[in-house]
Amino acid sequence: MNKFWIVLSHTYLSKLKTKSFIITTIIMMALVLILSNMTNILKAFGSDDQDKVAIIDQTGDHLFEDFKAEVKAVNDDITMIASKDEAAAKEMVTDEEISGYLLLEKDVTYGLKGTYKANQISDSMISNDLLHALSQLKSKHTASELNLTDQQIVQLNTPPAYESIALVENAKSEEDLNQARGLVYVLLFVIYFGVLMYATMIAMEVATEKTSRVMEILISSVPPITQMFAKILGVALLSLTQMILFFGVGYVSVKRNLAEMNEGFFAFFGFGNTNISTIIYAIIFAMLGYLLYATLAACLGSVVSKIEDVQQMISPMTMLVVIAFLIAMFGLGNPSASYITITSFIPFFSPMIMFLRVGMLNVPFWEIAISIGLLIVTIILLGMIGAKIYRGGVLMYGSSKSLKSIKNALQLSKKRV
Amino acid sequence: MALQIKGVTKKFGEFTAVNNLNFIIPEKEMFGFLGGNGAGKTTTFRMILGLLDPTEGEIVWNGKKIDYASSSLIGYLPEERGLYPKLKVREQIVYLARLRGMNKADALKELEYWLGRFKVPEYIDKRVEELSKGNQQKIQLIASMIHKPELLILDEPFSGLDPVNVEMLKEAVIDLRDSGTTIVFSSHRMEHVEEMCEHLCIMHKGSPVVEGNLKEIKRSFGKKNVSIRADFDLSFLDSYPGVTKVKTTMEGRILQVTGEDVAEKIIRELVPRGFVRKFELEEPSLTDIFIEKVGAAYE
Repeated sequence: MNKFWIVLSHTYLSKLKTKSFIITTIIMMALVLILSNMTNILKAFGSDDQDKVAIIDQTGDHLFEDFKAEVKAVNDDITMIASKDEAAAKEMVTDEEISGYLLLEKDVTYGLKGTYKANQISDSMISNDLLHALSQLKSKHTASELNLTDQQIVQLNTPPAYESIALVENAKSEEDLNQARGLVYVLLFVIYFGVLMYATMIAMEVATEKTSRVMEILISSVPPITQMFAKILGVALLSLTQMILFFGVGYVSVKRNLAEMNEGFFAFFGFGNTNISTIIYAIIFAMLGYLLYATLAACLGSVVSKIEDVQQMISPMTMLVVIAFLIAMFGLGNPSASYITITSFIPFFSPMIMFLRVGMLNVPFWEIAISIGLLIVTIILLGMIGAKIYRGGVLMYGSSKSLKSIKNALQLSKKRV
Repeated sequence: MALQIKGVTKKFGEFTAVNNLNFIIPEKEMFGFLGGNGAGKTTTFRMILGLLDPTEGEIVWNGKKIDYASSSLIGYLPEERGLYPKLKVREQIVYLARLRGMNKADALKELEYWLGRFKVPEYIDKRVEELSKGNQQKIQLIASMIHKPELLILDEPFSGLDPVNVEMLKEAVIDLRDSGTTIVFSSHRMEHVEEMCEHLCIMHKGSPVVEGNLKEIKRSFGKKNVSIRADFDLSFLDSYPGVTKVKTTMEGRILQVTGEDVAEKIIRELVPRGFVRKFELEEPSLTDIFIEKVGAAYE
């Protein structure tokens, strides 16, 4: 078997077996399971928690039954009880028998006046629902006072027709954009964490081999460039394994809850009709981004001589990833801004930002091709320089001051100094 | 067919680590590489392995440059011990052996043989960090020679070991030489080189000070040691012509003389004076040569 494959499979298998890897994977899988079952879990906790509200009707119009019907239409979970005087209601609130009480009065200016009193008004949900129901009640009430017909009421309540349409052909509609935004948001996070986590893993791996001096044996039997790329791909394989596990668990669990998923929370994230091309681009950009940053991380890892220096050494790289992520986050609100367009061609940013554009806008294919092309060229260049730094770096011990040591490493690997 | 080092110089910027090194290491022989700290031994080894390129000159093994294509024929034990601390002995030896072109089954079989020979078969499933330094050293040596290399480079193989283990590892290395491996090893310990090597090279500050066949080096060194024990006062010898160095021991004196003729004169001088209990003419030790050559270079 080729040495490349030996290093690759060794990297993959020995990482796969480490306790820390198994534990993180299990924790993440549990997290995915919890997230994908969020609606069920919320329901399980929420069901015994029915809100009770007392109504003190001081209007003299016997509005309780009407109001109860309106509230029921808004939120089924709120139970209404009628109460005669405020003192009794207050006591019930203190005893936590009810969440709060609503005082209904006549008002000269507004017609109807409601005052909601509770221990805490931080739970705005009940208050909002009550307000909503009260407005409904008031308009019905007013309508009947004005002797309006049902048809007139409907006419009064019908909002004007309003629609926003993009003039560019194929541009995504507002609805599409909102859906895409959710998906892009989630995938950007995945790219960000993936690139950062696995690139750091590479740097640590290289630094560990170097500090334990096993590197000197390795480098005398395997060319550094083979070693470096075998390692990078080994970790890539590891990341794929982890991702497949996460998405597998997520998919099975979502599929099981499909009925609940069709609306609400998840529709917001655009999971309802997932755009296949967006996901394919996410995979392409995640892989390229990973390759770029992993190559950089391998070089940086090869010049440190103490494992404690790794974090310090890779911090400029970490900053680049964070900046790219922040630009992408700002860009989510306005993906056609010019700074987004420009940064989507800069190799260290493009994995996240070009993906953002592809996910949110209709980018001409040639722009995507240029961005990917630039990215690949940068990866190859970095790989070539990186292999040199790596070759010199692994033989170099002593203090590691980022730039100077990279220079020294390059010098050490030169054919003839 | 041998390892040839032809006019090799290595500079790091202004600093010359190795200066015009020339020698031939014959095949199936053990070659000793001596030198103080910073003499350029490790740099030379790295150049032999192709990890560093010489600034001038070239190094060839059987007429060819050593590169990654020939890595399965080469074994290397670095001075700084290098093993994965967290991996089990089995995993890492098999991994390193496969990188040297062995297959898994053979590597495992050889590993079991060597662990048995070094009397530590129970370590196969232990992590390296759990082993003592001496035992790590055994594992390290196994890693460097498990694939039966044609050329084995050992950088300080016996440092930090107790005498029992030194003997055990020395035997293994000698066996390997007898089975046809060319071995280059460096050491601070003159007696190891004296005992095991036919050819040697003493480096000082990057330059070879002494180089060649051990016996010839000793012969051409000229000076000999005379060890004397007698029942009378020997202090008159301290200023005897031809005596270059005097060492007084509990039992008498050890003199360094410029040649056999001086020794002959001394014994004639001694006999009339009284009873001579011991008179021995010895070859100079490598330590003497090293101290003289390297010491002279210091001055």
